[in-house]
Amino acid sequence: MAGTPTDVANPDRRNFIVLSTMAMAGIGAASAGVALVRTMTPTRDVAGGGTIEVSLDGIAEGSGIVATSGRKKYSVRRRTSAEIEAAVAGDADKLRHQETDAERVQRPEWLVLRLQCPHLGCPPQGTAAGEKRGEFGGFFCPCHNSQFDTSGRIRKGPSPANLPVPKYFFASDEMIVIGKEA
Amino acid sequence: MAGSRSPFKNPLLKGFDERLPVLRAVHHSMTAHAYPKNLNYWWNFGSIAGIMLMVMILTGLFMAMHYKPSVEEDTYGINQAFRSVEHIMRDVKGGMFLRYLHSVGASFFFIAVIFHMFRGMYYGSYKAPREVLWILGCIILILMMGISFLGYSLVWGVMSFAAAEVITQVFTAIPVLGDGILVLLRGGEDVDDALLNRFFALHFLLPFVLAGVVILHILTLQTVGSNNPLGIDLKSKKDTVSFHPYYTFKDIFGLSVFFTIYLAVVAWAPERLAEAINNQPTDYNLPSHIVPEWYLLPFYAILKVFTWDLNLFGLVITGKQLGALAMAGSLGILFLLPWLDTSPVRSGRFRPVFKIFFWGFAVCCVILALVGAQTSGEAFFIPTPFGRLPLGFDGGNGFVWGSTQQWGVLFTGYYFAYFIVILPVLGLFERPKQLPASISEPVLA
Ligand code: HEM
Ligand code: FES
Repeated sequence: MAGTPTDVANPDRRNFIVLSTMAMAGIGAASAGVALVRTMTPTRDVAGGGTIEVSLDGIAEGSGIVATSGRKKYSVRRRTSAEIEAAVAGDADKLRHQETDAERVQRPEWLVLRLQCPHLGCPPQGTAAGEKRGEFGGFFCPCHNSQFDTSGRIRKGPSPANLPVPKYFFASDEMIVIGKEA
Repeated sequence: MAGSRSPFKNPLLKGFDERLPVLRAVHHSMTAHAYPKNLNYWWNFGSIAGIMLMVMILTGLFMAMHYKPSVEEDTYGINQAFRSVEHIMRDVKGGMFLRYLHSVGASFFFIAVIFHMFRGMYYGSYKAPREVLWILGCIILILMMGISFLGYSLVWGVMSFAAAEVITQVFTAIPVLGDGILVLLRGGEDVDDALLNRFFALHFLLPFVLAGVVILHILTLQTVGSNNPLGIDLKSKKDTVSFHPYYTFKDIFGLSVFFTIYLAVVAWAPERLAEAINNQPTDYNLPSHIVPEWYLLPFYAILKVFTWDLNLFGLVITGKQLGALAMAGSLGILFLLPWLDTSPVRSGRFRPVFKIFFWGFAVCCVILALVGAQTSGEAFFIPTPFGRLPLGFDGGNGFVWGSTQQWGVLFTGYYFAYFIVILPVLGLFERPKQLPASISEPVLA
């Protein structure tokens, strides 16, 4: 074929031109790719969740409520003293995801969790008193049987991590705000 | 082809073909290739799958003219996407038929492709020189799985939401990058409007990408030629017939039977294969029992049965990561099949031991599908027309012997062993039966 780099007068010069053209085209294609992928990132209006206020009034010991913010669900559970003791006693066990109960609560009576199983995202049951709470008396994920203790730590089943603790603070003794720190 | 001469006599056809040689390409592909004369009905499923792809693209296109990918809710709390699907079902003329052709069609598309692949696995069609043909087929399977998942989400019913929520979460198993990928897929932290819109765009586009891969698949087929039930190469013209009219008519016959069943299901049992709960719009709560469509069940089983961590000299792979790796691996390993099977004999007809393990593999896929459909911690059972055949029982103290999860682990083991251990070893030790000299000569007595 005519015009291939071998039969030109100055093949080095031709190679240089071919290579730099290809490099330029490559940079162009890559930056177009970056620009396209960037359009897939969250837009301002959906990025960053809002906050919610949850009234603690009327939550009986041993029970709790599920609070919803946008698509996110949180569990606010008022633990009994037996549940708190069990959770603290659990600190000494060998855990898959090592965390002490004290690291996971601000006030021992109140356990605040994001209800999203770290396995594949189902919402675990166990917030309200009547719900299935699994072998460790905490939370139970019905999707693939992850069992959490009374501190929301993973004890058995496929979840690789403890139930996440969201940012929250006590606005008063009767009210917490979930979604940001004080 | 472009350099060849036009086969047409009609001056209009000839003139056109000489300016744009596409007619001759079609003519060439129908007549120029010699096909083995002994292809049986298992060879029908390729063309059936091709027709199903066209059915899916056509019905999908016409539904897309009415569908609205929006999660915005009306005063009854029903989202627009779900509403528009109901609108297709209730108001659009022939719309119910259109939608059921599409949703049942996805199932029948999979049925055709599954038979097509098992055909290839039994008759050794993946072996040289058909490796590329096989690999393109694997790509088609994966694309189909992705496309159906995307399509299923579009309905925005209870199970659509569950599927989108759970399957996008699988990506968080990837270390470091996982969470970022999740947000990129969803267009936000949650499964919401952004996700639905991009899923619709992708569900529209990918079938055309799939069609492109199908064309490559057929091009390789025409280059290396069809395998046949005896698995031996063509020796002479006596072994072959032309595609038209021999296989056009055989295919049309098979297609008619297939379509009779397909259309009967569309007409009389369109929800038989579906999850009834998806006829309810999502309220963004996950149902406690999440199941994918039947054709994804074996892979879902492999994803969910890993409940323990693996400690490789201090490097911990979590159960979640194991599940995701295994699921990806169960598809990835199909690509290596041509090199894992060490036997020089193609057809399972001449491989007495292989046959046993092959049918074992087919059973394995069915069991895995049942595992995918059942609850992990409970006793496993086989559904029969006469009731449940239990394969596990409660051992007391919360322990179940023969739980769904345990059976799942066992058969996940067989799935991988089939490829990694059985096929490589079998080829070295098995004594195949005597192969016939050619297709047209009877087997030597
Ligand atoms: C490879 C081919 C395809 C497959 C396997 C496939 C699969 C699916 C599945 C499983 C559903 C959910 C059905 C249900 O539960 O109702 C669906 C829905 C949908 N698909 Fe497809 N599809 C394909 C091609 C297409 C194409 C090419 C388009 C558009 C041009 C399309 C448009 C739609 C629309 C608008 C819906 C929502 C309505 C509905 O759910 O019935 N599809 N698809
Ligand atoms: S999602 Fe909770 S155990 Fe799988």
